[in-house]
Amino acid sequence: MTKTIQTPLTGQVVEGLEAGDRVLISGIIYTGRDAAHKGLAEMMERGEKLPVDLKGQIIYYVGPCPAKSGRVIGSAGPTTSGRMDSYTPLLLDKGLKGMIGKGLRNKEVTESIIKNKAVYFAAIGGAGALLAESIKEAEVVAFDDLGPEAVYRLKVEDFPVTVVIDSRGNDLYKTGRGKYKQKKKEI
Amino acid sequence: MPEGGAALREIKMGEITKTVEELCMEANYNLPADIKRALEAAAEREESPLGREILSDILKNAEIARRDRVPICQDTGLAVVFLELGQDVRLVGGDLSEAVNEGVKKGYANGYLRKSSVDDPFMVRKNTGDNTPAVIHTTIVPGDRLRITVVPKGGGSENMSALAMLKPSDGVEGVKRFVVDTVERAGSNPCPPVIVGVGIGGTIEMTALIAKKALLRNVGEHNPNPVVAKLERELLEEINGLGIGPQGFGGSTTALAVNIETFPAHIASMPVAVNMQCHAARHSEAFV
Repeated sequence: MTKTIQTPLTGQVVEGLEAGDRVLISGIIYTGRDAAHKGLAEMMERGEKLPVDLKGQIIYYVGPCPAKSGRVIGSAGPTTSGRMDSYTPLLLDKGLKGMIGKGLRNKEVTESIIKNKAVYFAAIGGAGALLAESIKEAEVVAFDDLGPEAVYRLKVEDFPVTVVIDSRGNDLYKTGRGKYKQKKKEI
Repeated sequence: MPEGGAALREIKMGEITKTVEELCMEANYNLPADIKRALEAAAEREESPLGREILSDILKNAEIARRDRVPICQDTGLAVVFLELGQDVRLVGGDLSEAVNEGVKKGYANGYLRKSSVDDPFMVRKNTGDNTPAVIHTTIVPGDRLRITVVPKGGGSENMSALAMLKPSDGVEGVKRFVVDTVERAGSNPCPPVIVGVGIGGTIEMTALIAKKALLRNVGEHNPNPVVAKLERELLEEINGLGIGPQGFGGSTTALAVNIETFPAHIASMPVAVNMQCHAARHSEAFV
């Protein structure tokens, strides 16, 4: 079933989401990928104030294409989330509630998702042109020098995602596969 | 005129730059027809309702990209460029690598494509800002033309690729196990449904190169060697039985094709390379 949610996320909204739900997100989300995560982690280590208050927010793992003239943003689909795994528990402890990416997460991330009552969404990898249509505003808010890896503040309307890991730790990548896996033929 | 040979046909570097520039854009905006057809067929037979929705969104995405001339995927890749240079061509007006890289630079700037290249792999990793250098593979072939193929290769699927130096005694079962394990381990990461390019034989660099070349073969076409074609079919069936499905959400479409290329090997060796390719299997080619 398709659910509609608004950011920032509350604990109640997050707990209402289940692995496998299709969800349309509206509101503000922030982008961040490899270099931005490294930058944020270094700032935390130095005890500096982060450029974005993460409380209740969603980070979208994306490095968009440049915008053609007259457009808000270029193609903007998700990148592989696993590369952010080592930084993710830190950010969830800072109040981050949701992540949008694609691909597998490690055990530590799943545990931190359960502990912090957060949620991991997947957007369709390789559908950057379609996903960009749901992005209505885009503005760089940190790490401008990183080019496609800068942190953007995006205003999205009905941005389509699927819940992969819900706040109870259910994982669509495991359950979905289990359902369609064929037993090996006996020889 | 060379003694006893045909007249050399001149190709100016400017033409090569212009062609590469256009191919970078075309490849990134237009999903090849064979991939589109394979996705449409997959959408019909996919068992998972969520999987069918995903495949339909992927097709919708390709249509938007084509209509608006925007990239299918924001990961517009490193530019892998295959050059098949006719031996009766004389290149004039500059350096071939520079001409290709200039084309990549222009294509990625003028086409609003993402610049995804960093200048060193493990130190500062500073973005080169123009998506160069391209990865260029040149072969000399008969004829008086230059065939250019631009393959924007995304990082997500490339990262899930693997190579193994198997023992000859591992046999065809060893090859199958390595290919299926590589796809299974990759799971949702390489944006399934994928195309699996497999190279078997040769030396370490040759097996990787033929695995990449295997990705350029049209989906639905099999290796002309019936034994290899049979292995392609068996592997495709086994991979689609893994249950990974579109985007890894579960389903019966994990791969659209398994394409295998082979090369003779050393008496001691059986190298196998698996080059993973996401469903945005982009490539564009032209003759100059």
